[in-house]
Amino acid sequence: MTTGFNSIRTEIEQPQAWRVETRTRLSGAIAVVAIVAVAVLAAAPVFVSRGVVQDLFFILTMLTLAQNWNLLAGYAGLISVGQQLFVGCGAYALFGLVILGGLDPILAIPIAGLLAMLVAVPTAFFSFRLYGPYFAIGTWVIAEVGRLLFAQWKMLGGGTGTSLPREATKDMLGLSLLQDWFGMRASAAADALAYWLALALATLTIGLVYKLLRSKQGLGLAAVRDNENAARAIGVDARRLKTAIYLLTAFLTGVVGALIYLQKARISPDAAFSLTDWTAYVVFIVVIGGIGTIEGPILGVLVFFLLQNAFSNYGSWYLLALGALAIVIMLFAPRGLWGLISDRTGWELFPVRRLLKGGPPIKTDKGGPHG
Amino acid sequence: MPILELTAVSKSFGALVVAEDIGFSVEPGEALGIIGPNGAGKSTLFNLINGNYPVASGTICFDGRDVTHQPPMQRCLSGMGRTFQIPQPFERLTVFENLLVAAAFGAQEKESQVTDLCADILVETGLIAKANRPASALTLLERKRMELARALATQPKLLLLDEIAGGLTEGECRQLVATIKRVHQRGVAVIWIEHVLHALTAVVERILVLNFGRVIGIGDPETIMASSVVREIYLGMEV
Ligand SMILES: Nc1ncnc2c1ncn2[C@@H]1O[C@H](COP(=O)(O)OP(=O)(O)OP(=O)(O)O)[C@@H](O)[C@H]1O
Ligand SMILES: [Mg+2]
Repeated sequence: MTTGFNSIRTEIEQPQAWRVETRTRLSGAIAVVAIVAVAVLAAAPVFVSRGVVQDLFFILTMLTLAQNWNLLAGYAGLISVGQQLFVGCGAYALFGLVILGGLDPILAIPIAGLLAMLVAVPTAFFSFRLYGPYFAIGTWVIAEVGRLLFAQWKMLGGGTGTSLPREATKDMLGLSLLQDWFGMRASAAADALAYWLALALATLTIGLVYKLLRSKQGLGLAAVRDNENAARAIGVDARRLKTAIYLLTAFLTGVVGALIYLQKARISPDAAFSLTDWTAYVVFIVVIGGIGTIEGPILGVLVFFLLQNAFSNYGSWYLLALGALAIVIMLFAPRGLWGLISDRTGWELFPVRRLLKGGPPIKTDKGGPHG
Repeated sequence: MPILELTAVSKSFGALVVAEDIGFSVEPGEALGIIGPNGAGKSTLFNLINGNYPVASGTICFDGRDVTHQPPMQRCLSGMGRTFQIPQPFERLTVFENLLVAAAFGAQEKESQVTDLCADILVETGLIAKANRPASALTLLERKRMELARALATQPKLLLLDEIAGGLTEGECRQLVATIKRVHQRGVAVIWIEHVLHALTAVVERILVLNFGRVIGIGDPETIMASSVVREIYLGMEV
């Protein structure tokens, strides 16, 4: 692993000065690749068919959900199986704001995220009293309660749900611009708009997670993840960190939920609060990709998409196979596919290690640059 | 004013009384040793002092404030550093990062401000060659050294050390004693639980003897070592 960490800095430093580095040899190249990838993805709606845009939309929204669950479970140690609560709340908030409040759907998306975060305040209060498996069960129960409550909301269709009226979306912010600029039909423009929002959201989420992990708070979070008792003893406010992460992921998950259901334009409590769609698949993505890394969910969502395309017609057999695959990976490669790759190659696309460099010559058992 | 003062502190696990009416105080910059047989409640006492366990009754004052009901995090921020008898490293962080997080949070500094502090402590504790290794790769003795290093990185006023000299060679032990003495000379108060008595007596000014959760003696090392209770407890052990 060490080779990948070596710095590319060659200028002569004062021999006594210690310094900290997080960049690796690959960092520059990776930044370029990332920018190119985002640019290519951004250009996609102009070149590829509507079907492909919808597939990419699915991948990007699942990726954002997966990054959020990874932050929650892989870094903050909060193994929630109730994130569908925030997808559902975000989605219903959007429908409520648009249908009942007459708000522009695009403006309603961030507000839906805030409302999902508001829901997270009392649920944090209850579920944070529970530890380990009880926490997981608690989050699931709360999400079920959410589903049952929204099924009572008659103005939004109760248990059967409702659709977003076409008039509400046809004058959506930015839609006419797209139609004028790219000569798209209204339906294609709506897909493209949702897709770009999903791309922006995925990019923003990954950037945010990466920035967080490289910050002091991220270091504290890693300490809490590894040993909460020891973290408290060195002055890390574990509870505050976890609460902050829980609220942040609730917000982002709510935003994704709103976006997904804006694109679907039809909602029902069973779909919006689906354990399978918004938590089980997401957990699968994170686990097979590699929990506790940013790379893992990216790899995981691609694998998941391929499997979904190839086998989803097999119904419950498909779900069983996904479960079996996840178990095999957990047993034989607990750090997921990305763990296997980075062990072999030493690659790190998002390095967070703080490496101590410089200082007076040290004798190390391996020789090292100082001799 | 003492840096630490315990008054009538008690604690039990079910029927097992592990601390009974414990009262003593430590002056700023003082070094106090704690000895006692296995299971006497020494580590438990540290867990009570730093807030890892709540007390059943009694009060704990630290640096002039009643901290009895404060969480460990708060006590650390007011200047209490500790090691764990069974090392508790952050396994997926490097050795340097273990210290970095302790310095950044415990001493409430910016990450960029504590690089030198952490590097110096790593040199002092002989861990510098392992700075960029994951803590999971350390041996037990190295983990114990990292416990000390990490506690030092929080820049404490009071340092609680729990059996960090066990298993060391004579040379390593001398080094450790020198390190603790240096820390002590900088004005840090130290409470040191240790079975390696010659290391302990080289540093501390007073020794407290604990047995079955009770303080059965406190005083200067010569008097304590000569007392009959201690001889009885340590019967057959080389003093
Ligand atoms: N969390 C706990 N729950 C129940 N019993 C405990 C707990 N922690 C410690 N004990 C018990 O309390 C008693 C005192 O333990 P403690 O670890 O404080 O002893 P010690 O003096 O540090 O011993 P040693 O010298 O072996 O480290 C022991 O009998 C131990 O088994
Ligand atoms: Mg002990």
